[in-house]
Amino acid sequence: MMSDQSSSPLLAVENLRTVFHFADGAYPAIDSLSFELRAGEVLGLVGESGSGKSVAGFSLIGLVDAPGEIVSGEVRFKGRDLRKLSDEELRRVRGKSVSMIFQDPLTTLNPVLTIGEQMMEAISEHETVDPAAARQRCIDTLTKVGITSPQTRVDQFPHELSGGMRQRVAIATALLNQPELIIADEPTTALDVTIQGQILAEMQTLQKETGTALIWITHDLGVVSELADRIAVMYAGGIVEIGQVDDVLDSPRHPYTLGLLNSVPGDTPRGEALRQIEGAAPSLTARPLGCPFHPRCFRASDLCRTEEPPLAEAGDHSWRCHHPLDPEKTP
Amino acid sequence: MLLFTLQRMLQSIAVLLAVSVAVFLAVYAVGDPVELLVNPEATQLEREAMVSRLGLDQPVWMQYFTFLSNAVQGDMGTSFVHAEPALQLILSRMPATFELVFLAMLVASIIGIPLGLYVGLKEENRIARAIMTGSIFGYSIPSFWKGMVLILFFAVWLQWLPASGRGETVSVFGIPFSFLTVDGLRHLAMPVINLAIPNIALITRLTAAGASEARMQDYVKFARAKGVREKRIVRRHILRNILIPIITVLGVEFGSLIAFSTITETVFAWPGMGKLLITSIYQLDRPVVVAYVMLVTFIFVVVNLLVDFTYALLDPRVSLSERMS
Ligand SMILES: Nc1ncnc2c1ncn2[C@@H]1O[C@H](COP(=O)(O)OP(=O)(O)OP(=O)(O)O)[C@@H](O)[C@H]1O
Ligand code: SF4
Ligand SMILES: [Mg+2]
Repeated sequence: MMSDQSSSPLLAVENLRTVFHFADGAYPAIDSLSFELRAGEVLGLVGESGSGKSVAGFSLIGLVDAPGEIVSGEVRFKGRDLRKLSDEELRRVRGKSVSMIFQDPLTTLNPVLTIGEQMMEAISEHETVDPAAARQRCIDTLTKVGITSPQTRVDQFPHELSGGMRQRVAIATALLNQPELIIADEPTTALDVTIQGQILAEMQTLQKETGTALIWITHDLGVVSELADRIAVMYAGGIVEIGQVDDVLDSPRHPYTLGLLNSVPGDTPRGEALRQIEGAAPSLTARPLGCPFHPRCFRASDLCRTEEPPLAEAGDHSWRCHHPLDPEKTP
Repeated sequence: MLLFTLQRMLQSIAVLLAVSVAVFLAVYAVGDPVELLVNPEATQLEREAMVSRLGLDQPVWMQYFTFLSNAVQGDMGTSFVHAEPALQLILSRMPATFELVFLAMLVASIIGIPLGLYVGLKEENRIARAIMTGSIFGYSIPSFWKGMVLILFFAVWLQWLPASGRGETVSVFGIPFSFLTVDGLRHLAMPVINLAIPNIALITRLTAAGASEARMQDYVKFARAKGVREKRIVRRHILRNILIPIITVLGVEFGSLIAFSTITETVFAWPGMGKLLITSIYQLDRPVVVAYVMLVTFIFVVVNLLVDFTYALLDPRVSLSERMS
């Protein structure tokens, strides 16, 4: 899975900033977002609800609707800054080299068009193909994601399929053009637990088979530890810690990451209550000064309340915290 | 499916019956046709002969049942004024009205859908706001007033368009149509626009509301994420979804347009069913009025049935058998 580290990354995001314009001003939903992704790599993007994971995912492919606006930063994909492309150039990247899978499978598919039409357009908008061949490609891809009797399914409408089936259709659609990067925005959260497990396992197999790089957005650290090579932890619109899965999970340096780890059910020693991070994530319009986590942090000092913590790193592992945890002592 | 059809048929018949009673009673209460039809110098004997010939000496309920059993057989009575079967008289005027209404709907869709898409798909701007404000006027200005202004402007002042009549017609299968000749089209222009204006407004607003809602939907965003071109997103993803309410409203409007065309037909002296209705009301030509109302009700009912079926065809989520419950 690990590709050559010296080669240039598939995706390099630098200081990406997306704001939402409200009546009283512009509020950043993501700010100074930076990370890299190598070809074939799986990055888990983790954070609580409202931390800006979806906005980050959409911002990568320029899909932010008003009142949102991507105001600055670079998204270099294979060396090209996607933010500098024309609408038409960007369109040709979307769905072809970079696909996305959404959070809610029930709203992702157009209710009045057949599964087949919605899949086939993902092909025909990028290349001239014979309809019969395109249809066959859809059927083959549906089979790959575990849909039974795909010949019948392609002619059905979304409401005739269960939620899990619909998410498989969305995944199949994302796979159609063999993209180099798939952004999956919590594709299993809306589904029940057994289906979640199945889809996760299938995604893992497919990812290994195709070698596609994957950004898996989730609030569930458990999912990430199974799937990802690296983890990026988001808080209040920025990445607070990023590194190899083992490094981040075994020796987290940011107090927020530790808080997330402690609230994963499986990791709690028996008899000990599940510890939630106290307090709630700050809303878009009320981001604290200094380190945005300070109102909830047990290590917060005066410095934290006034100064934004700088980026610190040790090898491939980096974090933003004035008083990082000691790697020897945790968790 | 069969049960649904049967059920809707029964409903429709019930509606027709209820309307027939209401209309018959209402018309019965208004005026005395004998006064109008009989020569004031006529003798009492002549009067009575006339009354019994027209069946006006029977009790109301007898008159109603006679009317109903005849109506079922397609006989809606004979016009007091024209001495011609009432239904036949109205049917002979129907093509003129249908021509007007169809063209008005066509014009309303051709103008209203693009305007609505413009407003609904763009961010707020001055043109969009102007369109929306205009649509309020278009919908609320009374038809007769608009008609007069049109006549004053295009017929009297500019003298571009004729103010009344159907102009030259061409017969197709024995039915005269105006839209096939230049002169006919010139005669059609003003009444069609007059009838279309409120519907342009309605369709614009409906399309705008639908489009601005649809473009925010996840499936549109997902289509963008797939790299689908904007043109196709509008045509297949957005329009396909808002076509459902538009067709429903168009269907329902078709019925009301036939009814409301009375004013337009009167203002522009368009020889359709509506103009016949107004004349018949003034002349207390009871059978014609009753036949007109029954026929329009019938058209309403049929159109609504068709709309229901089309709706089910367009929206895969609606199956006819499900809608029975
Ligand atoms: N269309 C929008 N208009 C206004 N604010 C928005 C909009 N979309 C997102 N936001 C705000 O941006 C912030 C980040 O939202 P985002 O959807 O990225 O969160 P998330 O991390 O994906 O959360 P979740 O786990 O609930 O999906 C939130 O505070 C949210 O309220
Ligand atoms: S910078 Fe301070 S407040 Fe922020 S996480 Fe580190 S210790 Fe806590
Ligand atoms: Mg989200």
